[in-house]
Amino acid sequence: MHLTIDGRVVEAVPGQTVLEAARAAGIYIPALCYHPKTGKAGRCRACVVEVEGLRGLKESCALLVKDGMVVRTDTPKVLQTRRMIVELLLSEGHHNCISCQSNADCELQEMAYHLGIERPSYLVESLPTPKDMSSGGIVRDSDKCIQCGRCVVACQHGVVNQVLSFAYRGSHAQVVCDDDQPMGESTCVQCGECVQVCPVGALVLKQPLENKIRPHETTATKVTCPYCGVGCQIDLHTKDNRYAFAMAHEGQWDRQPNKGMLCVKGRFGLDYIDSPDRLRSPLVRKKGKLEKASWDEALDVVAKGLKAIQEKHGPDAVGFFTSAKVSNEENYALQRFGRALIGTNNIDHCARL
Amino acid sequence: MAGLATTLGSGAMTNSMEEVFKSKVLLVIGSNTTWNHPVFGSLLKRAVKQNGVKLIVCDPRRIDLVDFADIWLRHRNGSDVALLSGLQHIILRDNLEAADYIRERTEGFQDYKKSIDFFTPERVQKLSGVPVEDLEAAARLYATAGVGALYYCMGITQHSHGVDNVKSCVNLQLITGNIGVEGGGVNPLRGQNNVQGACDMGGLPNVFTGYQPVTNPAAVEKFSKYWNVPLSDRVGLTLTQMIPECGKKIHAIYILGENPMVSDPNLHHVEESLRKLDLLVVQDIFLTETAKMAHVVLPGVSFAEKLGTFTNTERRVQLSNPAIRPTGNVRQDYEIIADLALRFGQEFPRAPESLFQEIRDLTPSYAGLTYERIREVGIPWPCPTEDHPGTRFLHAGKFARGLALLTPVTYSPPAEETDEEYDLVLSTGRILEHFHTGSMTRRSQILDAAVKNGHVELHPEDAKKRGISDGDMVTVATRRGRIETSAMLTDRVDRGSIFIPFHFAEAAANMLTNDALDPIAKIPEFKVCAARLERIAVAALEQK
Ligand code: SF4
Ligand code: SF4
Ligand code: SF4
Ligand code: FES
Repeated sequence: MHLTIDGRVVEAVPGQTVLEAARAAGIYIPALCYHPKTGKAGRCRACVVEVEGLRGLKESCALLVKDGMVVRTDTPKVLQTRRMIVELLLSEGHHNCISCQSNADCELQEMAYHLGIERPSYLVESLPTPKDMSSGGIVRDSDKCIQCGRCVVACQHGVVNQVLSFAYRGSHAQVVCDDDQPMGESTCVQCGECVQVCPVGALVLKQPLENKIRPHETTATKVTCPYCGVGCQIDLHTKDNRYAFAMAHEGQWDRQPNKGMLCVKGRFGLDYIDSPDRLRSPLVRKKGKLEKASWDEALDVVAKGLKAIQEKHGPDAVGFFTSAKVSNEENYALQRFGRALIGTNNIDHCARL
Repeated sequence: MAGLATTLGSGAMTNSMEEVFKSKVLLVIGSNTTWNHPVFGSLLKRAVKQNGVKLIVCDPRRIDLVDFADIWLRHRNGSDVALLSGLQHIILRDNLEAADYIRERTEGFQDYKKSIDFFTPERVQKLSGVPVEDLEAAARLYATAGVGALYYCMGITQHSHGVDNVKSCVNLQLITGNIGVEGGGVNPLRGQNNVQGACDMGGLPNVFTGYQPVTNPAAVEKFSKYWNVPLSDRVGLTLTQMIPECGKKIHAIYILGENPMVSDPNLHHVEESLRKLDLLVVQDIFLTETAKMAHVVLPGVSFAEKLGTFTNTERRVQLSNPAIRPTGNVRQDYEIIADLALRFGQEFPRAPESLFQEIRDLTPSYAGLTYERIREVGIPWPCPTEDHPGTRFLHAGKFARGLALLTPVTYSPPAEETDEEYDLVLSTGRILEHFHTGSMTRRSQILDAAVKNGHVELHPEDAKKRGISDGDMVTVATRRGRIETSAMLTDRVDRGSIFIPFHFAEAAANMLTNDALDPIAKIPEFKVCAARLERIAVAALEQK
């Protein structure tokens, strides 16, 4: 089916929302409470549009497409509403983008930018609330929280870790961990899903913050998590050829095994790749001690040693342990080496263990 | 996964993870899912909370999943066969089995049924500690709720009778008609990111890639033609058979990316054995406990530096990309192997995609997979042709071996039971924040800070009897060795039981464990052994 958005004819599939159809066509509609993984929440009204034949403004994150629908995202009324939302949010919190970890990776900032808002026209004076630094991997800055509720839905219904919820009422409403504990003392398991969905800088990763690396400086590469067998797809963010941080890969997230989620190991357990303990040279035992050696020397020792044992005791005197940690290609290569060039089927891996 | 292969003709998880949403009831046994496969744990919890899927958890420990369960069966360590067979006894007694399915798709029912007669609810209560009412309720729920999926992990396989455990799982799924259907299945959750792939690639002593037996002349001919060399058709030795043969039948071992010094049971023995080798080669990214013993250490690269495929627990083949360039005098793992092959007069491919092409040429279940097809979203094998979508669940309509085999099972007690001297049941496993031998997670800042040292989970009542408080240093001893660690008081473990995570080399739980082997799968007994626990006197600590 087709609909018209801002004069452009756009293709859509039944069941899609107007917001989804617009985004699929590359048309910008802001959305602060809606996220593909957490669904529509109807809290922020940032996504409102006008639809021909319908009265008033409609929330595009909840509005299902109809064939022939005519939608406008740029009427004065729409822009006025968006402007008010952004102004209010900016004035209520402490949104100092200059020092924010989420600078250039913030949906509120992006919205303000699109609207040409440079500073809020009124400011509510308030003292800053100290950040919650108690968690090993996550920093919470409640002054930047826009109460969109994504993190609550993600924690309650996405990863079902049931830590975050809204507490207190009215202007005191706040996202809390358990019974308002510091995150590090709560039942939080540090899966990081709340950070992943937070549209602003209210929930950020501690490691890049401390290392002064912001998301816009990094390169993301899709990798498979090296830990358990779920095989989560991860965007490994790097800077200057070093680990920066990890996010769940969200491309086609609903078709991936991890549905856009990670656990604490995939989220925080990848920095070992830069560990100073990494081996950086072949080693050969000389007079009882392992000493640095050239590749040629090391490989010659291995080849000569294997050949000698093969000749003296036969091929079945050699054994190979392949690995549940390396790729299929490498496992294949090693078993081919053992079978074809040594001549033994003494090949096993540690998976029984 | 020998148990699965003999009964179903294939050793992998039969169904996909996302099918939990299609199940009506789930039975999870021997898997602390939210710690060991946390993201799948989230999917499980979602299915229960949001889709109303029923959940039965069988575990001696009060794992987190218990909070989401409709029924929790706290069976004794090592009594899995009794428990599962007890459920089957009730299902058959009350005629709740899938009679048509049994008739059309299975064989061996009569002998199997006879073996199940033994497992009356009363007897099973005695053997497993699970009350008769709970057994009855669980059996009824499981057999009547609709399509049911069974998930298990190391808790099932790491026993001296792991193969019997797996057979009991398969039997349950067969008599309830739950194999070969969407949302059902027998699903072993793989513990490491490429266990499935390592098996698929022929990292086993009895098969080439894709489980083609080395004893099958046609397979031997095919591989020997492709590789252009004659090949052995003798089944090789397993890892746990090779270790004790070191210095006898085995004189050289080549280890790629593993650390058996920490992962193997009864560690003293492993160390002693490896010392008897004329040549120990370790190819790894760290100087692991095992690498420290090697004659030659070859530095490969981490997952983050390589292009290649990994096959997840649901058989899904996924492409992983290089995120950083290797630094230092290291080489890609496939290059190292190719460099060695050259010294034996053969040219191996030096690009992952060319190696993958060889895999496709030789392995029918991988034949239809290309890097291009799996670049964004992985595809589960079998995938025989390039226009095949891949296979989410196995055995639809027909089993690999024709009819599925219902196998008789017999109960045997754990290889080692408690006595007066060793009065506690020790089990080992993983915790959420760490992985396997800890060589990766303990070098990760945040994970290391989260849990720095090993510990032993101890029930508060058992602690009180011994005058132990939370955090006290204790010794844990078995007939094979002793370690020192700190006590963590928790009712996650039952009275009379203790649990030690095995990630910590300085207090390696595997110093304590039993190397009684499962007669067929050759999986060492990790889960159960008898132990003694004592507080270390403060004076003794200060002396150190
Ligand atoms: S890190 Fe995970 S468990 Fe912790 S609060 Fe966020 S979503 Fe919840
Ligand atoms: S912390 Fe972030 S995700 Fe949660 S409510 Fe606040 S702004 Fe939204
Ligand atoms: S992120 Fe966690 S659940 Fe996912 S593969 Fe890695 S270890 Fe497993
Ligand atoms: S995104 Fe639509 S109401 Fe918030």
